[in-house]
Amino acid sequence: MSGIARFAPVRLWARSLPFRVVILTLGASIAILVATGWFLLDQSSRGIIEGKTQASVAEASAVLQSMQTGLNSTDLRTTSINERITRLAREAATRGQYGNQYFVVVETPISTIAPDGLDAASIPESIQQSMTAGDGLWSTPTLIRFTDGRDSEPGLVVASNLQPPGQQLYPVFFIFSTAAERQTLAVVQQATLATGLFLLLGLSLMVYLISMQVLQPVRAARRAAERLAAGHLDDRMAVVGTEDQASLATSMNHMAEQLARKISELEGLSLVQQRFVSDVSHELRTPLTTIRMAGEVLHANRSAFDPLTARSAELLAAEIDRFEELLTDLLEISRFDAGAAELSLDEVDLSAVVHEEVAAVARLAGEFGTELILDAPQRCHAEVDTRRIRRIVRNLLTNAIEHGERRPISIHVRGNDDAVAIAVRDHGVGLSKTDAKLVFDRFWRADPARARRLGGTGLGLSIALEDARLHGGRLTAWGRPAEGAQFVLTLPRRAGDQVTESPWPKRPRDTQGGSDAVA
Amino acid sequence: MSEAYEGPPRILVIDDDEALAEMLDIVLRSEGFDARLCHVGDTALAAFHEHRPDLVLLDLMLPGRDGVDVCRDIRAESGVPIVMLTAKSDTTDVVKGLEAGADDYVPKPFKTQELVARIKTRLRRHVSTEATDDVLRIGDIAIRVDEHTVRRGELEIPLTPLEFDLLLALARKPRQAFTREVLLQEVWGYRHASDTRLVNVHVQRLRSKVERDPERPEIIVTVRGVGYRAGEPR
Repeated sequence: MSGIARFAPVRLWARSLPFRVVILTLGASIAILVATGWFLLDQSSRGIIEGKTQASVAEASAVLQSMQTGLNSTDLRTTSINERITRLAREAATRGQYGNQYFVVVETPISTIAPDGLDAASIPESIQQSMTAGDGLWSTPTLIRFTDGRDSEPGLVVASNLQPPGQQLYPVFFIFSTAAERQTLAVVQQATLATGLFLLLGLSLMVYLISMQVLQPVRAARRAAERLAAGHLDDRMAVVGTEDQASLATSMNHMAEQLARKISELEGLSLVQQRFVSDVSHELRTPLTTIRMAGEVLHANRSAFDPLTARSAELLAAEIDRFEELLTDLLEISRFDAGAAELSLDEVDLSAVVHEEVAAVARLAGEFGTELILDAPQRCHAEVDTRRIRRIVRNLLTNAIEHGERRPISIHVRGNDDAVAIAVRDHGVGLSKTDAKLVFDRFWRADPARARRLGGTGLGLSIALEDARLHGGRLTAWGRPAEGAQFVLTLPRRAGDQVTESPWPKRPRDTQGGSDAVA
Repeated sequence: MSEAYEGPPRILVIDDDEALAEMLDIVLRSEGFDARLCHVGDTALAAFHEHRPDLVLLDLMLPGRDGVDVCRDIRAESGVPIVMLTAKSDTTDVVKGLEAGADDYVPKPFKTQELVARIKTRLRRHVSTEATDDVLRIGDIAIRVDEHTVRRGELEIPLTPLEFDLLLALARKPRQAFTREVLLQEVWGYRHASDTRLVNVHVQRLRSKVERDPERPEIIVTVRGVGYRAGEPR
C-alpha cells in the first residue's frame, strides 16, 4: 500500500497534464511569493524600525538637550550636581510617561537613577562600551527586561552623555519600547503570509481550470479517436471554440472522413473480390460441366474408338477431374482470402468422422500397401463444420499415405475438456526443418523431383490450415528427414473458443528434437 | 398427383447455357428420358405448361426471370419434382432455391451418373409407394398412404411428393428419432451426404403446411442434438 501511495504522485505526474501544470505553477509562484514577501517584509520592517529609531533619537536628543541646558544653568553652589541630575532625570522620566514612552536611566558615580522594576541588564554592554568616546548619540535595539515580573518586550536604547561643568560624564540611557512597532510588523507579516496563501490557492485553482479548459479539446479529440478506433466511423467532433480548438476538431473530422472513405473503399474492393470469385465460379463451372459430360460420353464409348482416340478420351476424363479439383481448391482459397468462408456447424463425434475417413482411404492405402492404425479410444464430440473437418482429415491421410514409404501410419483421436485433437503420424520420408515451415504454403511441393502418384492440387494443406483456423483451432506440422512426420489438428469443443492445450503433443512421444513448424 | 404415365419420363431442362442444355439433352436421351429444353426464364412457365414434364431441371441463374422465381411459379401450381442446377454452392443461393420449392439440387460441375441418380430417385419417389391401405397418424393429421393424401379432419393438406415422402418416412417409425443424415438417405437417396440444409429447409416448408403453429411444432418434433421425429398421434 505504502509503495503505491509513494508512487502515486509520480504516476500522476507522468499521466496527468493538469497535475503537472498545477505543480509547476505552484512551485514557480511559491518562489516568487517568497521572494516578494521577504522583500516586502524586509522593507516594511526596516521602514518601521528606522522611523521608530529616528523618532526616538529625536526625542532623546530633545530631552537630552533640555537636561543639558538645565544642568548648565544649575548653580552648583546652591545644589549638588547629583541632586540636580536626579531631579532632571525625574523630569525626563515624567515626560517619558506621555507621548513616545520611554524609560530614563542615568548613571552617576554615586548611584544609578532608574525607574522601579527595570532590570539594568536591559542596557546592552556594547553600547556602554562604545559611548565612552564622549560626545554623541548611540542607539541599539535591546530586550527590555523587568525585575517585577512584567513580560520582557523589545525595545530601543538611545544613549548619550550628560556633560555637567567639570570633567565627569554622566551616561544617560533612554529605553524606548518598540512593542507597538513589533506588533505592527507581526500584523504585516501575517497579512503578507495570508495574502500569499490566498494567492497560491487562487492561482492553483485558476491554473487548474485553465489547463482543463485547454485540455478539454484534447480530451474531446481523444474520445473521438477512441470512438473511431472502436469502429464508429460516422462519429464527428463538434467544431466549436477558439480557432485552435476548431481546427483540431476539423482535422480530426477530416481524418475520420478519410478513414471512413478508405475503409469503405476497401470494403468495396473486398465485395468486388467476392463477387468476382462468385462470378468466376459460375462462369467456369457451367462450361466445365458441359466438358465433363462430353468427356464422360466419350469415355463411356471409348471401346468403339481406335486405341489412340480411346486413350485420349481416358486422359481427357482424368484431367477433367484434376482440373475440377484445382478449380474447387482455388475457389475455396479465394473464399478464405475474401473472408467469405462460413462455418456450417454441427455437433459430431470426431472419432466416428475419422473412422469413416480412414475407411474411405483404406482402398488407397491398400494399393500402396500401407497399414492404417486408428487409435480412437473414446467418443470426442465437438461442434465443427463436418465437411471441412472431413476434408482436412482426408488430406492429412492421403499425404501420409503418399509420403509414408509403405510404413504403418497411426491416427490418434483424443479429447480433453475444451479441445479435441486428431493426429496423423507417418514414418516415411519426413520433413526437413525448412520443409516443416513451408508445408502450409500454397502450391508447395515436398520434392519437385518426386513423381506424384496421387496428384493433388498443392493447395490441400493451405486449405486445411485455413479450415482449422476458421474453427478457432490450429494445425501443426512436425517432421524429421527419414523419420516421418506428424500433423496434429486441434479443434475447440465449441467453435471459436480458444484452444489452450492440445490433447495430443505436436511432437511425437517416440522421438526427441526434430524441427517443428507451428501454425 | 399421379398423372397417366406413358412412355419415357419427360424432363424439362431450363438452362440458359445452350451448350450445357444440349449436352444434358444428349445425356438424358441416352439414359432413356424424354428431354425438352428451355433457355429463358421468361418462357419457362409456358414451356412447363406445354410439356407437362415429370421433372424439371432448373438452372438458378437465368436471363430474364430468375431461376428462384421460376421455381416459385412452378411450385405454385404443381408438385412436380424440381432439381436445381447450381453453379453457386454458397449457402444463401442454395437455401433460396430450396425455400422457393426445389426438391433437390446438384452443384456444377456434376458427373452424369450423379445427375441421373438424382433424377431417378425423384422420379421413383414420385411414382412408386407400395400400395397399402394403411392410415398413419401423426398428431392430429392422418396420412392415407395409398391415396397419397394428408388430412386434418376432413381438410386435405396439399403436399408435394417429396414433402409427402418426408412426412411418411417419419410417420412409419413413430417413436424413432431420425438424424438428418438418415432422412437424406431415406428421402433423397443420398449416401454419405452431409448437406443438412436440404433437410432443414424442407422440414420448415413441411411444418408451414401441416403444423397449426409452425413456431411450436407438434407434427414434426425437433429432437435436440439428433434430428426429428413424428409427433404423438391424438
